[in-house]
Amino acid sequence: MVMVPKIKLNVDGKIVEVNKGKTILQAASSIGIRIPTLCHDPRLEPFAACRVCMVEIERGKTTALITSCNTEATDGMVIRTDSEKVLKTRKMVLELILSDHPRDCMTCEKCGSCTLQDLAYAYGVRESRFFEEPDGGVVEDSNPVIQQDTSKCILCGRCVRICDEVQQDYAIDFKNRGFDTETGTPFDKQRRETTCVLCGQCVSTCPVGSLVEKQAVGKGREWEFKQVKTTCAYCGVGCTMYLNVKGNRVVKVTSKVGSIPNDGNLCVKGRFGYDFIHHPDRLKHPLIKKNGKFEEATWDEALSLVASKLGGIKTKYGHDNIGVFSSSRCTNEDNYLAMKFARATIGTNNVDQCART
Amino acid sequence: MSFGSGSMTNSIGEIKDCKLIFLIGGNPTEAHPIVGLEMKKALRKGCTFIVADPRRIWFAQHAKLYLPVKPGTDNWLLNAIAHVIIAEGLENKEFIKTRTEGFEELKAFVKDITPEKASEFTGIPAEDIRQAARLYAKSEKSALFYTLGITEHTCGTDNVRTIANLALLTGHIGKPSTGVNPIRGQNNVQGATDMGCLPDRMHGYQYLSDAAVVEKFEKAWGVKLTKTPGATSPTMFERMNKGKFKALYVIGEDPVMSEPNQEYTIRGLKNLEFLVVQDIFMSETAKYADVILPATSFAEKDGTFTNTERRVQRVRKAISPIGNTKPDWQIICELSTRMGYKMDYPSPKEVWDEIASLAPMFAGINYARIESNGIQWPCLDTKHPGTKFLHEGKFTRGLGKFFVLPYRAPAESPDKEYPLLLSTGRTLYHYNAGTMTRRSAGIIHKTNECFVEVNEEDAKELGIFDGEMVRVATRRGEITAHAEVSEKVKKGVIWIPMHFVEAAVNKLTKDAYDNITQTAEYKVCGAKIEKLN
Repeated sequence: MVMVPKIKLNVDGKIVEVNKGKTILQAASSIGIRIPTLCHDPRLEPFAACRVCMVEIERGKTTALITSCNTEATDGMVIRTDSEKVLKTRKMVLELILSDHPRDCMTCEKCGSCTLQDLAYAYGVRESRFFEEPDGGVVEDSNPVIQQDTSKCILCGRCVRICDEVQQDYAIDFKNRGFDTETGTPFDKQRRETTCVLCGQCVSTCPVGSLVEKQAVGKGREWEFKQVKTTCAYCGVGCTMYLNVKGNRVVKVTSKVGSIPNDGNLCVKGRFGYDFIHHPDRLKHPLIKKNGKFEEATWDEALSLVASKLGGIKTKYGHDNIGVFSSSRCTNEDNYLAMKFARATIGTNNVDQCART
Repeated sequence: MSFGSGSMTNSIGEIKDCKLIFLIGGNPTEAHPIVGLEMKKALRKGCTFIVADPRRIWFAQHAKLYLPVKPGTDNWLLNAIAHVIIAEGLENKEFIKTRTEGFEELKAFVKDITPEKASEFTGIPAEDIRQAARLYAKSEKSALFYTLGITEHTCGTDNVRTIANLALLTGHIGKPSTGVNPIRGQNNVQGATDMGCLPDRMHGYQYLSDAAVVEKFEKAWGVKLTKTPGATSPTMFERMNKGKFKALYVIGEDPVMSEPNQEYTIRGLKNLEFLVVQDIFMSETAKYADVILPATSFAEKDGTFTNTERRVQRVRKAISPIGNTKPDWQIICELSTRMGYKMDYPSPKEVWDEIASLAPMFAGINYARIESNGIQWPCLDTKHPGTKFLHEGKFTRGLGKFFVLPYRAPAESPDKEYPLLLSTGRTLYHYNAGTMTRRSAGIIHKTNECFVEVNEEDAKELGIFDGEMVRVATRRGEITAHAEVSEKVKKGVIWIPMHFVEAAVNKLTKDAYDNITQTAEYKVCGAKIEKLN
């Protein structure tokens, strides 16, 4: 094992010891000091675009403001995260960001989970002296899962960077200059015509309401959802995800940074492949085939019929003439009981599953 | 087999620190996208990739070395790599001496399997095979990854053992970010085998041939057990086709779509006296059922899945059952009780407790311990942290075993009448039989039609254009799909995804199986393509 040297620094009067190579943001966070960020996502390289994470650093007799997300902590540093200078500057930064952001939190999908809204609230930034009506709006795109509203974009670049650094699909980038800058697909193409795989990683990292799950628009507020932690039912990676439920409906699927094994990442199937749960084609009642046609039956009728038929075949032909196929799609508990059913109830070892397919 | 147990030897979290990844017969960016992301992380950190695949997949485009191997000839490639490792003295002599057996036999066997000879079969230049051997052997942290491109052959088990030979030769196993890793395709395929849904063993890989195992279960369950191994699914289908199998209870599976040679599968099901299908949709298999039992989806039930890195993870009920459906476990319990064997559990938690009490490898796992994160088996007691990587210091079977495995040709190779080699697989957007993904708006927006990948040179010879609808036929059946003409797939090979019921590729595949695992040969058969008019 290679030993990483330790360094010590002073953050808000407390001594912090961390491994060399950590940023000031990470060092502060390790002792529970929370520095606000907008353009930072632990899954991405530091970018230092939003300037919200600025802290004050002692430089001899003077001090300077530096961004904590991309500055490496060094031995002996003295940092203030909450000085008057820091707070004043942070408010100014927020005012500048809000100068080009719509004031429509009341109808915004992100209301309640928007980092910008939280920061404006925390720092009491109600008005921006520099406010100009933002350009842009909802981008027309035929895809049914990702909705982009360019007017809400704060140009933190998280969507662009997650598409580049993590997904490596390079489907979106910054476009235009100055106030006209926005993110999007090349030549305003529809997403389906680009290298976009509709994974929605951009949605997962957007700190504001610029990128949202289209199918969830208008379906509920953040605080109305019951978030149920579960494991994805598609491939064998086993991503941890949250079913966002309102009423008896799964409205959207999300994940969280730090989740094992996927660290908040999900693919197109995991994030957007949930429509089947409420699909009208779902089988809703037991069915018994009579004269070649399926007819609805009660559980009692269906289970009695299965029990008597399987019992009859067992008596007539022997248990070796009955088999059970269990499934790689079902839970361990389902599979264990299917195996137990074959062996203990029927008395056969004719039990198999689809691991071969 | 080679090591003593079958699953990933490393964890997903270790992938990003690999120095070399040898990816063979797997396409993680599409079939296992989040493992794909971890590999992309490794790539950004400078990890060297060797990719052996008949298709120029994403990682092939980013690999240091791309080996476009002809499907069914992996054995030649792998044995030739072993040849180079030994011939150039790159083997780990200390590791071979202390931790393996059978080296001399392997050495004698691969002596004649030169890269030049392997090149004739695989279509890979001999120098690239040499280069692959050197890169793999010399890297400080080399990990092998494979999936169904290796196993879905009549020689699938041989292929896996030949891969294991390379890890044993170089000692690239039993260390962080270093090992042999099959990535499992379905959410709980690891769990289904772990739970003993296999004809010869109980859950936790406890074999019925062991009298102590039988005795333990007979006592716990209060029944007499049948000791002779049962039939595998291919054997059951064989007996169905002969009219010598009477009833089948299918839970959450769609063999009509997923088994090879669809016509044969359907004929077998029709021969049954009684078929029960338990599913969430009217699957192709359910259409042949006498009784359909409607189950809940994963969103409507509690339980656990075990992922590809052996991690037992919680599944939680988010909504109440849709319509008049019930969770699978409950249906099985009610049916069993009606048939005279009482199964009565208040919830899946108690089922898990029974699972853990009867299998040492799960003994330390319970719902409370996996509340926030899953635990990787083996986990022997409630103090045990679980097992991140297998075979550190010692293999499950003691010494690692080298296998001498000569090439065996596929059951059906291309010939004059069916000159192309058909291989099948999964895509990013759809999942297996497509019953779930083809009902998801976002996914069908991106792709919702079957296609056949054709090499541009083959297409030129056949006069087929990109996007054109074509007929693909084998000795078993035919389908139509649109042609995707490019250089992605190797010349002489065509590739079709498995998700589309209206163009079911398993109408085409051959019902030939590996002699040990009975996995079907989905990756190789002879086929032809014709223009529609």
